[in-house]
Amino acid sequence: MTTSTLDPARGAGDGEAPSRNGSGTPRDYEPNMVLATRHFDVVGTRPVRHDGADKVTGRAMYGADLTLPDTLHGAVLRSPHAHARILSVETSKALAMPGVRAVVTADDLPPAEDKLVDVGEGDTRLAYVHGNILASGKTLYQGHAVAAVAARNAHIAEQAAAAIEVEYEPLDSSMTAPEAMADGAELLHPDLCTREFGKPTETPSNVAEHFQWSLGDVEEGFRQSSVVKEATFDTATVHQGYIEPHNVTALWNHDGRLHIWCSTQGAFVVRDVTAKVLEIPVSNIKVTPMEIGGGFGGKIPVYLEPVAALLSRKTGRPVKIVMTREDVLTATGPTAGSHVTVKIGASADGKLRAMEATLAYEAGAYPGSFVVPGGMCVFAAYDCANVSVDCYDVVVNKPSSAAYRAPGAPQAAFATEQVIDDIARELGLDPVELRLRNRAREGSRRVDGPKYRRIGCEQVLRAVQDHPHYSAPLGGPNRGRGVAVGFWFNVGLESSCTLHVSADGNVHLVEGSTDIGGTRTSIAMQAAEVLGVSAGAILPEVVDTDSVGFTSVTGGSRTTFATGWAAHDAAQKIVAEMRSRAAKLWGVEPDAVEHCKGVYSCNGNSISFRDLAANASRTGGPISATATAKPRGVGGSFSANIVDVEVDPETGKVSILRFTAVQDVGKAVHPSYVEGQMQGGSVQGIGWALNEEYFMGADGRMQNSTLLDYRMPTSLDLPMIDTCIVEVANPGHPFGVRGVGEANIVPPPAAIANAVRDAVGVRMRRLPMSPPAVWAAVSEASASGD
Amino acid sequence: MSSIHVQTTINGDAAEFLCEPRQSLLEALRDILRLTGTKEGCNDGNCGACTVEMDGRIVPACLVLGAEAEGAEILTVEGIARGGALDAVQRAFLEGAALQCGVCTPGFIVAAKALLDLNADPTEAEIRLWLANNLCRCTGYDKIVRSVQAAAANRREEAAT
Repeated sequence: MTTSTLDPARGAGDGEAPSRNGSGTPRDYEPNMVLATRHFDVVGTRPVRHDGADKVTGRAMYGADLTLPDTLHGAVLRSPHAHARILSVETSKALAMPGVRAVVTADDLPPAEDKLVDVGEGDTRLAYVHGNILASGKTLYQGHAVAAVAARNAHIAEQAAAAIEVEYEPLDSSMTAPEAMADGAELLHPDLCTREFGKPTETPSNVAEHFQWSLGDVEEGFRQSSVVKEATFDTATVHQGYIEPHNVTALWNHDGRLHIWCSTQGAFVVRDVTAKVLEIPVSNIKVTPMEIGGGFGGKIPVYLEPVAALLSRKTGRPVKIVMTREDVLTATGPTAGSHVTVKIGASADGKLRAMEATLAYEAGAYPGSFVVPGGMCVFAAYDCANVSVDCYDVVVNKPSSAAYRAPGAPQAAFATEQVIDDIARELGLDPVELRLRNRAREGSRRVDGPKYRRIGCEQVLRAVQDHPHYSAPLGGPNRGRGVAVGFWFNVGLESSCTLHVSADGNVHLVEGSTDIGGTRTSIAMQAAEVLGVSAGAILPEVVDTDSVGFTSVTGGSRTTFATGWAAHDAAQKIVAEMRSRAAKLWGVEPDAVEHCKGVYSCNGNSISFRDLAANASRTGGPISATATAKPRGVGGSFSANIVDVEVDPETGKVSILRFTAVQDVGKAVHPSYVEGQMQGGSVQGIGWALNEEYFMGADGRMQNSTLLDYRMPTSLDLPMIDTCIVEVANPGHPFGVRGVGEANIVPPPAAIANAVRDAVGVRMRRLPMSPPAVWAAVSEASASGD
Repeated sequence: MSSIHVQTTINGDAAEFLCEPRQSLLEALRDILRLTGTKEGCNDGNCGACTVEMDGRIVPACLVLGAEAEGAEILTVEGIARGGALDAVQRAFLEGAALQCGVCTPGFIVAAKALLDLNADPTEAEIRLWLANNLCRCTGYDKIVRSVQAAAANRREEAAT
């Protein structure tokens, strides 16, 4: 590790919070530490976020808060069946109801051409996008949209949707990957044939894709191993669980332009997908991203926007649709349930000799389960010569799966990290030491091809070893400690940013990245750093698709990295312009003017950024600059957890006693919001580990589509979540930023499972580790005399 | 369906509105009175995003009928800041980075302020229990709990001076 500067978090209570679990021992360390390696003036500080006042007073405008004059309200009729043929749709009764203005079905969509469409984080067939927006011919999951209504108010719209008569012929359904892969399983898409190793086949199947990556010779590796461990793991379908339901208002104006206001992680994705679905030019659509109430990947897909647009076109009025919570749970989101087998061999010296995995992920109703990143990440933390990974993308009768924070990686780590734990136990090695001996490092080749550049796997593992938590006594029966490590590769994609310098010296920053968790500020801080002004002198704003250059989704942990890079470059252009303005004032060449921290100087003259801004009119007019970025230097992020649990053997309840999240973030631009990402990702991982699951009935319907029964963690379920920010600068970014949003959700389920194993000796191979599941496992183990 | 005439007090001001018998207080606030700071996350009382204070008790506005507001005193997030100044809870949330997407924040602010009005020095466990009906999916609650602790300390300090 490089210099360890402990930089305690601000705010009262740090270091003094009593343990709520009764031990009452004061903490002997800072709960939030930053192992900083590079220091800047603005980057790395903790200013109040620019949009904060609006969000603590209720003024911030989220999509559902917008009601335009003359708005109609929409409701969507959804399939009650998991899998059914649509025999007929009769809308006349609904249309005849007072207050009802229009109904749309799949027949109102133009026919889908056979082409691919970019849906934010990759391509998919346009026909699948169409099919998910409004079902045609068949419904593929309970909640699948069949028709929609626009009416005078939302209550009338709901009643009218219920009055649409649909005749269904129910079909057999498959709810898990193994069921859908079984011989004789009912096919979801009769024309879907498996792509085998990248080549189309002619066998209709629910397996959309099967591929394999390999390195070296795994058979030889297993021959070299003295310990070989293999196990199969299953994880339940879970939802991103954002608190704000999806919403949209669309106005198809009489000039032919379509204006959409919505809650989305990617305004340009909404624009582009809606344009393809409705077959209109992209420039005819303007998307205004409203404030977004959480996304986590689940607000990248387009669900409501084309439907509201069609209703608006039919009625000539704005149409607003807000999903119910049941709609959100049954028709959007979830991440893939998974079925993963991992086999790992090690020699007696603790060197991993072979790693083999088979991952089958549930894509939901349409192909695209994020099994690809699952395969990329399954062994990403290890340097091993012999690796083989097989991936299966399997369609099942659940909602079409969406990205969820490091999509695909937590399921994979849940398997790998438990098998690694078993090997450490068998070899009698400290589990962190085993990981360190086999850590991925610069030059290690990942199974999917790339060689790592500079990464922080070692530094993260050493920070775990050095952390006071790792050596603290557990202090009680049925308590255990687990560790796990996870990886997310992060993405770059494309961003745009414009800066306008005001006469008062403040700078308006215009960008297109939806701000889900404080990125306005982390982007503004990077511009401020370059300009040598305070974070508060930059006034950032997220604007509509007409008002800023193309910007990809807020996803892949890319926003602070890539949009921040665009802001950095735009600020560099402003600095260049300011040098030439100062040169003009002094009659010198721009190259002779030096810039340092917002002060421009030459030959004993100096002038501040603020004064140059005030003089803009006299030195050549307004000062603005735009930059776009498509950065290539993406730096992946490693994350690790130390977790202590207590298992109640009478009830099976697992309590989290203490949790420490460690992550290499490259450079924490705003450490408070970086900690927030680490804490939030950790707690989503805790929910995934212990409580959350879709209970599907024998009829294929979700049994727990409320937030009472889909049980996300509450404040009462948790201790404080301690963080340790590790900074191994990314050489591919001006400030060393890697991206922080996702890697933190990867290790928690595995770390908790390892802690449960440590506490009560049972190996939990299925998520969630809910009280009944843990109780059954503990009871079985004690019955068999373990 | 005939409308009901409701007279009530919202954030200290007399207010009246017409609502349908089936409309909730949440709908009345958001759709009729356009006080959209109170958010809807689930509409069945399980997320806490619509938490408001009604006659001194915090309630999910989605589980109260608009008609039940007759004669009541309602406090929403819009009424927390007074005289142009943020409340201690609001300031602590900003300084403590206790929000990310911010959609649950109004409910947390209303609930946390109600707690501090009753209990000037709550323990961490008391804060966690009080806020257990308010779901936040972004923060993991750590910075929310710490910010409520900080707000309590600031209020005690202000009261002492």
